Amino acid sequence: MSYAASADHHEPRSFWTRYVWSQDHKVIAIQYTVTAIAVGLVGLVLSNLMRLQLGFPGAFDFIDPSSYYQYVTMHGMIMVIYLLTALFLGGFGNYLIPLMVGARDMVFPYLNMLSYWVYLLAVIVLLASFFVPGGPTGAGWTLYPPQAILPGTPGTDGGIVLMLTSLVIFIVAATMGGLNYVTTVLQARTRGMTLLRMPLTVWGIFTASILALLAFPALLVSGVMMLFDKLLGTSFFMPAIVSMGQPLEHAGGSPVLFQHLFWFFGHPEVYIVALPAFGIISDLISTHARKNIFGYRMMVWAIVAIGALSFVVWAHHMYVSGMNPYFGYFFATTTLIIAVPTAIKVYNWVLTLWRGDIHLTVPMLFAIGFISTFVIGGLTGLFLGNVSVDIPLSDTYFVVAHFHMVMGVSPILAIFGGLYHWYPKVTGRMLDETLGKLHFWVTFLGTYAIYFPMHYLGFLGMPRRYYAWEGYEFIPASAQDMNAFITVAALTVGVFQLVFLWNLVWSIRHGKPAGANPWGATSLEWQTPDTPPVHGNWGASLPVVYRWAYDYSVPGAARDFIPQNVPQDGDTPVADQPVWEGHA
Amino acid sequence: MSLLSALTAKPWLPEPPPALASGPATPAARVALRVLLAVIATLFGLFLLAFLIRAQLPDWQALGGAPGRPLANLAPLWANTALLLASSLAQQAASAAAQRDDAARLRRALALGALFTLAFLFGQGWVWWRFIEMGHFVASNPAASFFYLLTGVHGLHLAGGLVAWGRVFARAARGVAPQRLRLAVDLCARYWHFLFAVWLVLFALLASPPQTLRVLAEICGIR
Repeated sequence: MSYAASADHHEPRSFWTRYVWSQDHKVIAIQYTVTAIAVGLVGLVLSNLMRLQLGFPGAFDFIDPSSYYQYVTMHGMIMVIYLLTALFLGGFGNYLIPLMVGARDMVFPYLNMLSYWVYLLAVIVLLASFFVPGGPTGAGWTLYPPQAILPGTPGTDGGIVLMLTSLVIFIVAATMGGLNYVTTVLQARTRGMTLLRMPLTVWGIFTASILALLAFPALLVSGVMMLFDKLLGTSFFMPAIVSMGQPLEHAGGSPVLFQHLFWFFGHPEVYIVALPAFGIISDLISTHARKNIFGYRMMVWAIVAIGALSFVVWAHHMYVSGMNPYFGYFFATTTLIIAVPTAIKVYNWVLTLWRGDIHLTVPMLFAIGFISTFVIGGLTGLFLGNVSVDIPLSDTYFVVAHFHMVMGVSPILAIFGGLYHWYPKVTGRMLDETLGKLHFWVTFLGTYAIYFPMHYLGFLGMPRRYYAWEGYEFIPASAQDMNAFITVAALTVGVFQLVFLWNLVWSIRHGKPAGANPWGATSLEWQTPDTPPVHGNWGASLPVVYRWAYDYSVPGAARDFIPQNVPQDGDTPVADQPVWEGHA
Repeated sequence: MSLLSALTAKPWLPEPPPALASGPATPAARVALRVLLAVIATLFGLFLLAFLIRAQLPDWQALGGAPGRPLANLAPLWANTALLLASSLAQQAASAAAQRDDAARLRRALALGALFTLAFLFGQGWVWWRFIEMGHFVASNPAASFFYLLTGVHGLHLAGGLVAWGRVFARAARGVAPQRLRLAVDLCARYWHFLFAVWLVLFALLASPPQTLRVLAEICGIR
């Protein structure tokens, strides 16, 4: 059967099968990305509402303590799970893995489609909690029992149940996606694509998918057991407790057990969003500095090592839970060890830039911005990783500043960089560069304006999660000026994201035509016969890979990049590729 | 190529052009099932860790052991274990029949596998009903809560397996040649063996007297 005939047979024809119930990894990637950005905008608005209260306390009647806690909780959960995790794995993973390893599609396209629709269901259930009596949960994104399910915390009627249900649904979706990503990387690489010829983006997403597969079960276990405690009256996590003057039926449960389970998921989750960012940044820097990535093998090993270590550091989130000092010592040590492979990555990025032919394109600006914010956030992580330093800083704005720099802003900068970089492949048109630079500078400088002062507020002892600070003698009045300043910066950054959205929409029709390979990149996704790639990606025959993904500025070469599918000198090209039979 | 040599390759050095893959590659579905089983093993492992930790707290009343406890008589659970073992063996027989291209035997073995699985699920339901009759509700005691939770999650995984089984059985009933079903039937069998092994671990821990759980917790460093 010829390719054309099989493509006719298998290619979706109607609008519905092509764009809605699509099994094409590229369409699913766009669905994931658009949904994640949409729900991320909700998270952004919530953060700005929080800042309104913190910067101008009491000026807005509709923000009472309950709604403030609900904003805090929903902002955190949306950003970590429904935006970052979904966008990196479901968005970038779906689009890039098959194209970068030279596959026609994911190995299980139907499962892939199902993964998106289940994810969308999780988002809908989550957002539905805004409309139930009592509103969404206000338990904080960590959802610690017993307060998460007891009266006094906002949203303990329907909100917490919907939150936990939505997380369980999300985990089902993430598992279906993760199975696909891992198996595709292992089994569907094209001829010549050895593991160590894969671009680092694939390595980052691949390792993060494995982490997600093994870490999300911990969240599932804690979520299901908390649902039992809430709905069926069991006492897995609930101790004997008097609530509102009434002794409750619960007795004997262990809230700290929940914390262990939650953070056994929660810490790998940090790397689930960091590793894809590491991979994307590596490829952006190498491509836009026209230089091979410094220490490629070390970069791969560092990704794998960070992935493994991420499972043995979780209790550094729990130093104040009253643990055995030796236990804390162990986790402080593992936490500091994980800084070694991470630092190797940062050095290698900087060494890749060194004497490179640096093009300050918009993706490159975001990549360099990422290195800056990631180093700042990483260094404060070393402070907080030490038990003795962490205890006075625990639950202050120093922690807020730390994790926003390292796992909030940094991955978001990587996402922006990635979107500016791959948008031309997805749509065939460039994003507007002037708007892009405006977006970058406001976002990047705004980040520092927002989070740098928070480190000082944390040193003052300003506690996080508080609705207001009246009557705290140790906080000087000038701290309020700082808070007002942060709020203005946050609102500015928030509004300027509209520039980005406008750019995304406007450029689909009006952007400069991009051509197949506008950045002169080597990896396979830029070598497709069509831009945007059509169903099946590669036309009649699969590409053959003859070299790694980083042949930039090779001495003696005609151009400053050699794509992966160009034979080495003296090689005869391989011709007989199997014909595509379409999806099973 | 071993994983180690794959991870220590020097991709920047020129290599001869890649040869065509020699021999058939492992089917993607087989790899995916291994990954899925690792995920499910992690899930049950974490449930059981939570079980062990919770079992060390003072209000724990073990299910097994002394007379009068809900699991003092293990006969019903042993009977269920035998049913699940039978279903696992039937799935294995189905896999063997598919290897030998024996369509009739394949259909019979598949049907038996599902029958025994349903019998196991009904048996578990019966044990639940006995628990309720004896006044051990889901919130009565943490050990009882874990019994309902763990058997429930295990049953759900079997039910999920039955969905996959249903697709295979429908194809077999339509007369699809057994050799085209080999992979799917074999993967079903592996999934059943795995869930049987999980059940053995669950059974052993749920029925353990408190002393055993204490020793296990000490080995795990929880106590």
